Formats: sequence, structure tokens, C-alpha cells
Amino acid sequence: MKLLEEAGCVVEVPPLQVCCGQPAYNSGDRASTTAIARQVIDAFEGYPHIVAPSGSCAGMLAHHYPGLFDDDPAMKARAENFAGRCHELMSFLVDVLGVTKVDAHYEGTVTYHDSCSGLRELGVKQQPRTLLGSVRGLALREMTTPEVCCGFGGTFCVKYPEISNAMVGEKTSDIAATGAGTLLAGDLGCLMNMAGKLQREGRAVKVRHVAEVLADMGDDAPIGERR
Amino acid sequence: MSARSQILDGIRRSLHRGELVGDARAAVDQRLATPPRGPVVARAQLPQPEKVALFCQWAEANNATVARVAAPEVPAEVAGYLARNNLPASAVMAPSPQLDRYAWGSQKMLSLRRGRPEASDQVSITGAFAGIAETGTLVMTSGPEHPVSLNLLPDTHVVVLREADIVSGYEDVWARLRDRYGKNAMPRTVNTITGPSRTGDIEQAMELGAHGPRRMHIVVVRE
Amino acid sequence: MQSTARDFKHNAHDALRDANLQDSLSKLKVGFSERRRQAAERLPEFEALRDRARDIKNHTLANLDFYLEEFERKVIALGGHVHWAPTAEDALRIIADLCKSVNARTIAKSKSMISEEIGLNDHLEALGIEPVETDLGEYIIQLRHEPPSHIIAPAVHLTKDQVADTFLEHHRALGFTKRLTERNDLVAEARQVLRQKFLDADVGLNGANFLVAETGSSMLVTNEGNADLSNTLPKMQIVLASIEKVIPTLEDAAVLLRVLARSATGQESSAYTTLNTGPKRAGDLDGPSQYHVVILDNGRSSVLGTKMQDMLRCIRCGACMNHCPVYGAIGGHAYGWVYPGPIGAVLTPQLIGVEEAGNLPNASTFCGRCESVCPVRIPLPGLMRHWREREFERHLTPRTVRQGLAVWSFVARRPKLYRRLTGWANQLLALFGRGEGRYRSLPLASGWTRFRDFPAPQPGGTFHAQWARQRSRMRP
Repeated sequence: MKLLEEAGCVVEVPPLQVCCGQPAYNSGDRASTTAIARQVIDAFEGYPHIVAPSGSCAGMLAHHYPGLFDDDPAMKARAENFAGRCHELMSFLVDVLGVTKVDAHYEGTVTYHDSCSGLRELGVKQQPRTLLGSVRGLALREMTTPEVCCGFGGTFCVKYPEISNAMVGEKTSDIAATGAGTLLAGDLGCLMNMAGKLQREGRAVKVRHVAEVLADMGDDAPIGERR
Repeated sequence: MSARSQILDGIRRSLHRGELVGDARAAVDQRLATPPRGPVVARAQLPQPEKVALFCQWAEANNATVARVAAPEVPAEVAGYLARNNLPASAVMAPSPQLDRYAWGSQKMLSLRRGRPEASDQVSITGAFAGIAETGTLVMTSGPEHPVSLNLLPDTHVVVLREADIVSGYEDVWARLRDRYGKNAMPRTVNTITGPSRTGDIEQAMELGAHGPRRMHIVVVRE
Repeated sequence: MQSTARDFKHNAHDALRDANLQDSLSKLKVGFSERRRQAAERLPEFEALRDRARDIKNHTLANLDFYLEEFERKVIALGGHVHWAPTAEDALRIIADLCKSVNARTIAKSKSMISEEIGLNDHLEALGIEPVETDLGEYIIQLRHEPPSHIIAPAVHLTKDQVADTFLEHHRALGFTKRLTERNDLVAEARQVLRQKFLDADVGLNGANFLVAETGSSMLVTNEGNADLSNTLPKMQIVLASIEKVIPTLEDAAVLLRVLARSATGQESSAYTTLNTGPKRAGDLDGPSQYHVVILDNGRSSVLGTKMQDMLRCIRCGACMNHCPVYGAIGGHAYGWVYPGPIGAVLTPQLIGVEEAGNLPNASTFCGRCESVCPVRIPLPGLMRHWREREFERHLTPRTVRQGLAVWSFVARRPKLYRRLTGWANQLLALFGRGEGRYRSLPLASGWTRFRDFPAPQPGGTFHAQWARQRSRMRP
């Protein structure tokens, strides 16, 4: 909110929104997904821009919604219009609003995980790094493979926990090898997954949503910890 | 219903149509008659001297050795190569008229047999139909003058390639093939060969000489 | 080939504990993907070539019957034979009959995943014909009685030591009694052993990367040259390929070859790319006197014209599995059938049914890395999602998942209810987690908490609750 308002936006949060519907979509329940999508499109009618602090949600809205209405041309047109107004937060700030720097301070080394949907569906790669580059006191050290999946994958991590664990274990080793004190990313699912594993492994890495650091709220409790 | 009809009818059913007729048929006939080319790879679109240099560069990158010589020097280069590599001064050579233009007799110590290789042959010498600059690839066409096994059985393969036969990319090779054999014929085998035989099947590290030749020496000839 | 895809979870469990496999996979994860990246970077036209490759394949699929007929016409005109095999059984029968017609005792085999699919080796052995795999990786796994674990590097799951042990065990009888330690020595020994097999074989059987309709040629790509030996020395050549391998012209082949090698191994070109057209010609000093192409359908024609059609664009490069983090964690055998990785997840349910193979398209995070490297831009995650939809429609999704989803969907369609319930859940989790900020175990969430902590929400309520409070504070 802070980031958007500081960039000059008027922000509203429509109360009748729920979820983008991805859990149903990825489980093959197209009917429920379509019903949820209609609701979401209605709830956000009239707003010139819709921003989500999540690559996977924004990807769902911007890429997958129109395809749900292939046999309903009127709704499909609405969905395409809606999709065109949807953005992921980092991409919105940098690509649409032209923001190049933020007024924030965060002392320490961070590493950044590129969440899959944001990266591959929406091209979110350079934008968070551009903004992080302007944060005073912050140094970014890249993992060897920041673009490899962390193993969350929605229901995947509970349907195939052993495989998910192997994947997140690789990720936490990669994170630890950077020596960074903080892990950042743009998707809460990924962040919770990696935070949970880092903490189970007893590693002292703080995990935050990148927006927290950019909004100069880096003093709040990180994910999975108390102040 | 024949197996053939079963498959073809199954395809047509899935595509919700019968056999192709009319305009649709004419279009695919046309496409076969004049095949459209894909994106051009710019790096090999060069004047001939640079094309030759590019070919040599890529061939060497793929573990072949290359020697550039004038036509009269070919036999000496081949004999010298065998000596430098402690190989016997004897080889089986393709019975190709293309190779007859070199004065092999000048190399008295070099013993050559024309024909197909025997299990005991360690070295083969052949010409090449073309060389592809884009990837350092040799193109061999089979025929009475070029048994395919010469490209494969002996441990060391020496290829005599004329500069004039080096082209930019695959498409230029296809054009030459059609010129030579016509649109409705092909040699039994066209081998395109890039460097010696190799495998990465053990721990993904490359080793040369899997089943085909371990060594390839390309003599690039300016005439 | 017999499937163990139903046992995917069990297979994966074993794979994660297999030290040799994990060692091999750690090399694979870096090797192929880095080389592919470099090859793609070196060629400015690479993306344009991918688009073109996809378009060529789409055009071909829309006209598949025409191109197959053209291919057949050309093969016959140049002295070859074409056999049509609607099912695996048909292909087995045709190939067995061809081998028997020349009293074949041994058949030298090169590069054919289709032969795995139809179970050719077992069938031939039962008839007293010995199939010898000549591709080094296939040869190694044949000795070990294992299926391939990757579509272009069949023995990628093995370490050098495992190969050395296998060779010692099986080559001893041939007079090779030393246990080797160097890779090049292992390759040299295999070369020696297999050379004689090439010379003795009565039939050579190989797969095809492409069947070129314009010329009636089969095209095969190898690095070893084994296919060239197996299709030159024996007196009969059999090409075994599925219907979607046909492409229109040599120009189309050039485009596909350019993306194939780079996507597969990062090479600009594989060592051998060979076009075979018919039997030996009059005057040829070598070559087979018979050339047969066996064209297999086995469930592919019914994919045409459906939402799943895109899977038929596959050119069998293996890039998808090289980049897949799930494949990278468990290797190819865990998938339980012939085709592993993302393409396996999409193709296997089509060929052996989603009841048997349903786990495969479910075991994906949809990270999308496969699609991003596929040379013909197959939308692999989207196709996997289609399989999940089919399962859901046919009530094959596990009951717990369906019920959980039904509850969630019910709530999600009722925003006020959703707000209230998530608010309570949020407060409950925040309350009980207030000590440490995380849960080491949670009822109903053991799948998560077995391996990681579950972060508790911060006190203060859901985002909506906080936002509402903030707004009401701001109002004058």
C-alpha cells in the first residue's frame, strides 16, 4: 500500500474479492475456477489498474483468466480487458509507473528468489533488483540458481512432500551459500515455504516479502518470527 | 480395412475432414514443390574466403584437425599427417574420381587401396560432397565411389575437401543435392559429419571414438 | 514396456534415497542446462528458429495424412517398403516377421524410444532373436536389465563406477578381465565389444528423429555413429517411427536440426546427422539390400484435433527433463514408464491411460521452466493441467482432495463468508503461534510440517481487517 501510495496512486481494496482461484484451477476444477473468476472480474470492474503483490496471482489474472471463457465471447472480452489491467506489484511500479528508486534503508546482504510465475509468465526479473539497488545499506548477492523453483507449487508441496522437500532443501543450501542475512521474494507461498525450511534447518536467515524492504518496513517481524 | 486406412482414416477423423482436396491440397503440393526456408543464420552468410575460415574454425572446435593446402600439396599433407601421428603409411581410399586429381603416386611410401574398408584398415581417405561453414560439418553422399563404411569403420578418417565445395548452411547443401540427383532421387545415404565420433553417456563427459572414427583430419584444398 | 507409474510416490521415495542416482543427477542439473543456455546465447536467430520449428510442426500435424502418404510414395519409388502399424502389437508382429524373413539371429539396434514403448527387445528375445543395443547408454542399461532413464542419455542415472562394475561382470566372458577406472577406457572396451556385433548383425533397426516426406528419407541424429554402422553393415534396415515424426521438406529439417542439438546437449550440431533413403543402389559397395519403415500410431492419431495436440510437436530433445526440478530430484525411472520428465507427464497418460499414469501430471509445481526451453514451444504445464481437469471430471482425483476443494470453492464463492472464516483462522494461528512465530507441527498439515516449520501469521488480523481499520482511522 505504502509503495503504491508513495508512487502517487490512490489505492482501494475491493471488499468482495476472495482469491484468484488458482487452487481450483491447478487441481482441474474448471467450473469452480470460472465461477470465482467471474466474481473477481465483477469486484474489480472500473478500476484502471489492479495490482497484486504476488506473481502467481497476477499471472493467474493476467494470463489464465481469458482462457476460462473460450466458449463465452462476451465474458471473454471482459476477461481480456480485465487481464490487461492486472499487474504484479514490482512490474507495476517499474514498468507502468516508471519508479526507479525508493526511499528506504535496510542494512545487510540480501538474496532474491525469482518466483516462477512472476518470472516466466510476467517477466518479473530486473524490476525488483532495480528497486532494491536504491535501498540504502543493502547489498544484493545472487544465488547460483535464483530462477529454479522452490518446490512450493500450491498443493504440490503437500501432495508430494518428499519431492518438495528435496527441492526446497536445494534452495535453502543455495541461499545459505550466499551468506545473505535476508531472503526476499515476491510471492508469499514461496516465502512461507522457504522460511519454514530455513527455520527447520536452524538457519539464521530472515525472510521477507520484497515490498516490506522497499517500503522501509524492514524492522517489522520477518516471516515465521516474532519481534 | 487395411492398417494403412485405419491410421489415415483415424487422422482424418480427428482433424474433422476427409482427404485433402482442392485449394488445401494445392497448397501443400506447392509447399513440397518449392520448399520455403526458415530464418537465415547470419553468421555463415559470408564471402567465400571467410566462409572457408569459418568452416575451419568450427571443424576444429569440434575436435577435427584441419590443414589448408594447395592442390599439389594434398598427397604430401596426407602422408605427413599419418607420419606425425605414428599411423601406418597405408590407407583405404574412396574410389572417387574427385580424388584422382591429386598426384598420390608422388608419395612413394604411401600405400593406398581403393574400395570399401576391411576390419584391419586403420585409416580411410575420402572426399566430401560439401562442407557446411555454419557448423564445420562435412557432407558425404553414398555411391559406388563412396562406400558409407569408409566414414565409419577405420579409426582415423582423412577427408579431402575443396574450398569451392564449402557452403553456408544446410539449405545450400540441399540445393546442391537436388542439382546433382534431381528432385525425385537421393543417394542411399547422406551423412553429415561434425568431428570425430563421441559419446557423453558416461557421467556426461565427452569421450571421442565411440563407434566411428576417433580422429578426423580435414585437408582443405584451394584450387 | 510394463508401467510402474502407479507407484510413482514409492518410486520417488526410493529415488531420493539412492546415493548414486543423486550424485548423477547433481551433474545433470548443471551440465545440460548450462550448455543449452550458452548455445542459445551464441545464436542470435535461436528464438526465431524456435517459432519457425513450432509452426512447421503445427502445419505438418494439420496435414499429417497428406505428408505420410507422400512419404510412403517416395519410399516405395526409391525401392523401400512402408508398413503401417496401428498398435504396438502390429509393430511387433511386422518387425518379427521381417527378421524371420532373413533368418535373423542378431539385430543391431540404435536410438529408438518407440522400441521401448512397444517392448520390442523382450518380444524378439522370446522368439530367439538377439537384439543388441549399440548406443553406449542403451547398451549399458541393456546389460543391467534396466529401462532408460532419459530420452537421449539413457544411462544418465549411473556413475562411472557403476558402469565399470557392469562391464566387468558382462565382458569377462569375452576375455576382458580388468576392472577399468577411466572413462575413455570404458568407451574403448565398449567400442571393441560392439564392433563385432555390428559386423555380425543380420538386421539393423533404428528410430528416426524425422521422416522427410519430400524425399522419402528417414533422418537420425547421433553422436556416436552407431546408427550409421547399424544401417550400413547388415543386409536389412528397419526404421521404426511414430506418425508424428514426418516433416514436409529438407528445409524444414534444417530448422528443426538447428534447435534440436542446441536444446538437447548444447552442441551446434551432433556428430552424425544421417539421411537414409531406401536400400543400396546398383553399384553401391555397401548398404542394406532391404529398407523397411514401420510407422506406428499407438494412440497418437486420437490426440490430433484435441486440446492435447501440441504434445505431438515433440522432437525428443530432452530439454524439458534437463531443466525440470522434479526430474532433477528423482530421475527418470521414478516416472515408471518409457518417457520421463515433463513430456513423459503429458504423453504417458495419453498412451497408457490417466488411471495408470495420473501421478505424473500431478507431480509438478507448474514452474514453467520446461515450456521456456522447449524448442517447439509445447505448453507443457498447460497440458498437465488438462490432464488434471480430465481426472477431476472423471472423479479420479483422490476423495480427500475433491472434498477439500469443494469446501474451499464453496467458501471462495461467498466473499463475506470467506472473510469471516479466514479471519478466524488467521487469529487462531496467530494466537497459538505467538510464542515463537511458527509451528513445528499442525493438525491436518503434516504434509507441510514433516519437513518445514509453518510460519504463524502476525497478530493484527488479515490484510483486509487491517486495511479496514486503517481506513476507518483515516476517515474524518
